[in-house]
Amino acid sequence: MPLIISKEKADTGLLQLVKEISGVDVAGCLQCKKCTNGCPVTGLVKVPPSEIIRRLQLNAGESILNSDLIWMCASCETCFSRCPMQIDMAAVMDALRILSIKKSAAKQKGNVPLFNRWFLKTVGMFGRTYDLGMIAAYKIGTASYFQDTDKFPMMLQKRKIALFPSFKADKKYVKKIFKKKK
Amino acid sequence: MKYAYYPGCSAESTARDQYMSIREVSKALGIELIEPKGWTCCGSTPAHHTDRMFSIALPTANLLLAKKMGLDMVVFCAACYNRMKVANYEIQTNPQVRREIADSLGEDYDGSVEVHHFVEILIKDLGIKKLQETFTHSLDGLKVVSYYGCLLVRPHKVTNFDNPENPTIMDSLVTVMGGESIDWPHKVECCGGGFALTRTDIVIELSNSILGMAKAAGAQCMAVACPMCQVNLDLRQSDINKTKNTNYDIPIVYITQLIGLCLGISPEKLGMDKCIVSPKPIIEAVISN
Repeated sequence: MPLIISKEKADTGLLQLVKEISGVDVAGCLQCKKCTNGCPVTGLVKVPPSEIIRRLQLNAGESILNSDLIWMCASCETCFSRCPMQIDMAAVMDALRILSIKKSAAKQKGNVPLFNRWFLKTVGMFGRTYDLGMIAAYKIGTASYFQDTDKFPMMLQKRKIALFPSFKADKKYVKKIFKKKK
Repeated sequence: MKYAYYPGCSAESTARDQYMSIREVSKALGIELIEPKGWTCCGSTPAHHTDRMFSIALPTANLLLAKKMGLDMVVFCAACYNRMKVANYEIQTNPQVRREIADSLGEDYDGSVEVHHFVEILIKDLGIKKLQETFTHSLDGLKVVSYYGCLLVRPHKVTNFDNPENPTIMDSLVTVMGGESIDWPHKVECCGGGFALTRTDIVIELSNSILGMAKAAGAQCMAVACPMCQVNLDLRQSDINKTKNTNYDIPIVYITQLIGLCLGISPEKLGMDKCIVSPKPIIEAVISN
């Protein structure tokens, strides 16, 4: 399939930002597509990993940040493991996620950034994650109250999920680390 | 044998069964596991989605605790294991990262604490022979597929865990326990990992493919070494059956639970009552011999 990038939208800035954040240079990509062929979500996304790299190489600009793969990539690292040029695609995806939030790219299904925020908020609060707290906050934020309502009573009864947060963490380092968080 | 043991946050919540079984098994095998006092979250996927240095600093805080104890670190959760290995790798190979992390934590760390997965120390430090001698029960030919998932084996240059495309360390444990270890192609496929809540649709697709292959391979049970894989494959099995019109009934158990059964430890002590898909057939088969 031909890859069409309009001249007006071309932009060299994104490639540089990705490199700065991830420390990865994508110039060496040969487009062998081993990443795409091994990627577990290739069949579910519109833009597979090898195409993301190609678009970056061709300076396709910030339209890349709307690619569905960015928030559908499970960070399984198969791409990086199999890349003959050792390009750390998983790190590139992290950089694109960070940039998509920074540049307010369109929200995508599942609202993973909201989940991430609440996950880390509980870590900042307790030093460890608090599953039930972040699940409740995420559900309120996405109005997905009724998804999995059959699961939680059963999990609580089996003690497969903790009712209360843990208070055993020593937050000495965590406090310092969160102060430096970007 | 003495190690610093990092349970990870899930050990207190969705993977209490894993925590219970590792505690029981290590006690029975004479492995001393000491939790670093006040350990904190490794940051998991949300941290590396957010800020690279932050995602290295969080596991480093725990590695610093182990360093002060003068012990190697043992981890079971594949995500925590991966993040600790990444932190060590980045700090060892990139002096700028080391400086920035030292600046963030207020203490320098040199990346020297060895990080092992629990199954690694069973094979490398304890040894197959010792295990064989200690087992009082057998899996008695139970057909088991070992599922390793992503984060133990990838990226190999960072985790250095077994063979990244065809790991066999858990398979060898199954064989020692008298089970029939089935060779299958989905050992290192992804289950959907951290999308358990946000993109359940992806978890259903990916886990369906794994369960389908396990069934086709004739598995009576799947042994796992990661709390996220366990929850995805176990808890979502009924959803997959509904949406994909399948009829999976494959118990998803931690490898430590199987080991515990073979050591004669009661299923309750191993937290096996917390499995969603009933592991009763496995328990009955092991206890009856």
